[in-house]
Amino acid sequence: MTGAPLLEVRGLRAGYGASVVLEDLDFHMDVEAVGIVGRNGMGKTTLCDTLVGFLSPSGGQVLLRGERIDGRSPERIARAGIAYVPQGRRLFPSLTVEEHLAMLSRRGRRWTPFRVYELFPRLAERKRQRGGHLSGGEQQMLAVGRALLLDADLIVMDEPSEGLAPAVVDVLVDAVHHLVAEGVAVLVVEQNLRAAVRMAPRQLVMVSGRIEAEFAGAELRDRPDLQHRYLGVGAGDGTVRSDSDRTGTTDA
Amino acid sequence: MIATRRRLPALCAAAVAVAAAVWVLFLATDTPAGTAVEHPGAFAVTVLDAVTFAGLLFVAASGFTLIFGLMRTVNMAHGSLFLLAAYVAIGVQQAMVGKTRNIDAAEVGIADWLVPMLVGAAAAAVVGTVIQQAFLQWNEGQELRQALITLAITVVLADQMLREFGGLAQRMVWPGAVTHFITIFGQRYATTRLFMLGVAVVIGVLLWLWLDRTRLGMIVRAGVDDRQMVRGLGINIRLVFAVVFFAGAFLAGVGGVLGASFAGAAPGTDGAWLLNALVVVIIGGLGSLKGAAAGSLLYGTVVAFSPVYLPSQYSFYAIILTFGLLALVLAVRPYGLYGRPA
Repeated sequence: MTGAPLLEVRGLRAGYGASVVLEDLDFHMDVEAVGIVGRNGMGKTTLCDTLVGFLSPSGGQVLLRGERIDGRSPERIARAGIAYVPQGRRLFPSLTVEEHLAMLSRRGRRWTPFRVYELFPRLAERKRQRGGHLSGGEQQMLAVGRALLLDADLIVMDEPSEGLAPAVVDVLVDAVHHLVAEGVAVLVVEQNLRAAVRMAPRQLVMVSGRIEAEFAGAELRDRPDLQHRYLGVGAGDGTVRSDSDRTGTTDA
Repeated sequence: MIATRRRLPALCAAAVAVAAAVWVLFLATDTPAGTAVEHPGAFAVTVLDAVTFAGLLFVAASGFTLIFGLMRTVNMAHGSLFLLAAYVAIGVQQAMVGKTRNIDAAEVGIADWLVPMLVGAAAAAVVGTVIQQAFLQWNEGQELRQALITLAITVVLADQMLREFGGLAQRMVWPGAVTHFITIFGQRYATTRLFMLGVAVVIGVLLWLWLDRTRLGMIVRAGVDDRQMVRGLGINIRLVFAVVFFAGAFLAGVGGVLGASFAGAAPGTDGAWLLNALVVVIIGGLGSLKGAAAGSLLYGTVVAFSPVYLPSQYSFYAIILTFGLLALVLAVRPYGLYGRPA
């Protein structure tokens, strides 16, 4: 459908059993990088899981290029054009780096294992290592590389900077910019506001299962009053925290 | 102190293994086999018995563990598929040889064994796939319900096989070309058991190549690790489930034909081999092919050694050692040797 945004979410409602997590959630995006920020427990991961079909919505619509995809199975949504880089990476511990990429490599696709190695040269050096034996940063690179091989129109990344050293976050930021330049849209769900702002020029703030506000550029990062209002951030350290948040660790 | 307490089960297992080795080597004087040092022939034969029986156990259990690993389905119909393949293969062999009873090994060519084996295993694979498609697919993720459904299928199949193939034991005949005896330390040993081991090794290598070197094998391994994520990568997991169930049932069938050639097929064989497969995968760890190999070797060793290396008046209690092995392994590694929490 010409003119339709790449991704449009209308009145999305989802949860677990009787517990409703997402309620009347709306947003849309084109081929761009969009960040979704919010405190712990606001429904960010639930949104990701619903978009990729891991969780069935109980109401609302998800449209990809104007075509409804809500309620489809995860494999059909992936084939429709949404790839997922989940929180915690969820690599396959019994597969090597090479096997992670080989199992998804298909002739005729734009993205090949060779191109993934070009984007993340460190993976090429770890080809024979199993997924579980990689450092946090390498695991994240592999999770992104794995998603790229689907030739998706949109990549959903859940907490990509979690537990990573600043140098590795730099690599990820560059990768996201590179992907957008290549015509791949990226939806980054982040608790780390600084990382979100660097990856995505447009940020949506999620509060209690809804998109409550939208900011452009570094406005949210540079305005402690907005951070306090929407994210409950007190110290202005760039990381969105609630009382229940764990302390961050870094891992190259 | 705490570290020592944590290591206690492993230390106990090591002590039991060392004690058993010392017993077999030097102390087992009043046993059917005698000490290994004094009677190396009996020891060598027992080792071969253990390894060859382990080969059969591996073939029978590998399909079971493959299906569980990917689909979390405890396929209680595995023994039925084992027996069904045996009966079908025996029927095909009888038709090929042109006799229904008193078939001599000399009358059986390699093809008269190989073709029935493939037909029998294919029959088991087809029935297994029908079971998966018709009864298990729509109960995906409900492991207990799937186990109960396959248990019910076992009861139905056992009755139907009794009606179709009768209640008498039947035997698949090894090909004449492999039916010989060799002498090991002065003891005669049947080459058919070595042939059985050879078939098991070939199957093990093929399985390893399939799982390790092919794209489908990688997807199967990935599915064992995280099914949902595999689906999230656009892979049709239901098709993979069907292929794996077909392969697992085919392996049960190959095991059934080997088992029928080794010890015959009769009502009850299905339950006995389901139990054997369960013991192997509990020892090795559900879902692990490496575990199936290790479990087969351990179980085969206990089954072969206990009747001949227990004091003569206690040989009757050899079966208890199997459960002793289970208890020991589970005390040291609660998920089996190579198992992981489901």
